[in-house]
Amino acid sequence: METVLNFIQENQQIIYIVILMVFLGIEIIGKVPSVLHTPLMSGANAIHGVVIIGAIIVMGKAEADNYLALILGFLAVILGTLNVVGGFVVTDRMLEMFKKKK
Amino acid sequence: MEALAQHILTICYLIGSITFILGLKMLSNPASARKGNLVAAAGMAIAIFGTIFLYKDDSGAKLHNYPWIFGGLIIGTIVGTLAAKKVKMTAMPEMVSLFNGMGGACAMLISVIEFNHASHSLSEFPAEQSGLLLTIFLGVIIGSVSFAGSIIAWGKLNGKIKDFAFLGQQIANMVLMVCTLILAGYLTFNLTASNYHLFYLVLALSLVYGILFVFPIGGADMPVVISLLNSFTGVAAACGGFLYNNKVMLTGGILVGAAGTLLTILMCKAMNRSLKNVLIGSFGGAKKTAGGGSKEQGSYKEISISDAATVMAYANRVMIVPGYGLAVAQAQHTCHELEKLLEEKGVEVKYAIHPVAGRMPGHMNVLLAEADVSYEKLLEMEDANDVFKSTDVVLILGANDVVNPAAKNDPSSPIYGMPILEVEQAKTVIVNKRSMKPGYAGIENDLFFQPKTSMLFGDAKAALQQLVTEIKSM
Repeated sequence: METVLNFIQENQQIIYIVILMVFLGIEIIGKVPSVLHTPLMSGANAIHGVVIIGAIIVMGKAEADNYLALILGFLAVILGTLNVVGGFVVTDRMLEMFKKKK
Repeated sequence: MEALAQHILTICYLIGSITFILGLKMLSNPASARKGNLVAAAGMAIAIFGTIFLYKDDSGAKLHNYPWIFGGLIIGTIVGTLAAKKVKMTAMPEMVSLFNGMGGACAMLISVIEFNHASHSLSEFPAEQSGLLLTIFLGVIIGSVSFAGSIIAWGKLNGKIKDFAFLGQQIANMVLMVCTLILAGYLTFNLTASNYHLFYLVLALSLVYGILFVFPIGGADMPVVISLLNSFTGVAAACGGFLYNNKVMLTGGILVGAAGTLLTILMCKAMNRSLKNVLIGSFGGAKKTAGGGSKEQGSYKEISISDAATVMAYANRVMIVPGYGLAVAQAQHTCHELEKLLEEKGVEVKYAIHPVAGRMPGHMNVLLAEADVSYEKLLEMEDANDVFKSTDVVLILGANDVVNPAAKNDPSSPIYGMPILEVEQAKTVIVNKRSMKPGYAGIENDLFFQPKTSMLFGDAKAALQQLVTEIKSM
């Protein structure tokens, strides 16, 4: 019990962020028209590519003799970049087509 | 100077978080959507480069291994851009799924590496590590499920993997998930030097779960599943945010997790299905109970290409109802050609777009826009339903359930209550389908047996091409 309370005390900032973000995430896309479901999903897909930052940190911290960390970290950076770059480019391509509307 | 760098990084992350929020907000409005995507991308770039050049860990050490980092970034950028640019518009959904899987795999790998770090210093802090281990386990489980699931979804959408289900699969999945969670929970609080390798068992179980989770779900439900896995990956990214106490990962991840979950529910609503139905795939079960619906049907009549061409060329108003069949046959350009040809003959041509027509909600609009169909010609469902009364010919291209009158007048039908395009109000209905096989919901469509309906069998693209040639020679 005490551990749980301590955990909440120590991480209260993060817990606040999580709760606020959950409500914000629901609130901001609440009125999306169904036409935009696919691009919105694709855009959100690109945004969670922010996980790349974790990959960069892991990669940048890996010791020169820790081959496991180096190789997996390198893979993680590639995969994360694919997610980010591919995600944004695909979304842009989809939305480019909507652009022709006047 | 040293402190300044950290302040700048904090501001970079702050900018990143704000652009993600703004970007998502703008993405949900047609007028600002494209700008929103670019805003989020710019914020992402700031956060990434800020991390590379300014990040310091708790002990104040800067990042190294720059060649590796930039190597990975460059490879990922080139491959990602090429893949995203080259992919056909009809294959967009599986591309999104694939990219989503990459993000999940990235989160999974981060957790694996961090676990290795943590397991080296096991004896030093037995209890205090529980918080750290919890985030690592969450990251690896969610990341792996998302990765494996997305890859299966990708394979299913491009037809490489067929539906597969065995008896009691739902129960097996449940058991598997519960076992994984219990094992992870146990290890979180009781990790020792002798059992730390069980971490890899958790990893393996999560991958298997991801595969089994998506396997039995039908191809047409994949968009919903991808959206769900998308929000999973968001949560996995947020676990990374916990791990490094990194606010931009946390906000971005949670934001996508929440928005993705809501989007999943919205998509289900647009298809008039509950999330539970999608995941358990109850259309198969509903078919049996609605057995009375598949009563003896009358006979249908076929129409020849030349007859269909004549009917359309001499009509005043033609409505085209595009569906899944058009997307699969990639017939959007031929369709536009037919539309121009008919317009030259003085026929008014409009498209009636059902919100869930195609492979994903909104997919039809994207496809037709690609073929240069002008936006004014696309009617949303409500407007289209007003126009059908004064329409001479409705041409249905590979759509089925979205025009099934059973949704309106047969309470026992599994799609009862789904909003549909009321095509039966038009004078004539021509249905292009490959065969008489029922649509995705697995139910018969009364529309096909009505006297005003005639069937034009064949692949959408081939049929449209023949129609175009026929009308040209008139």
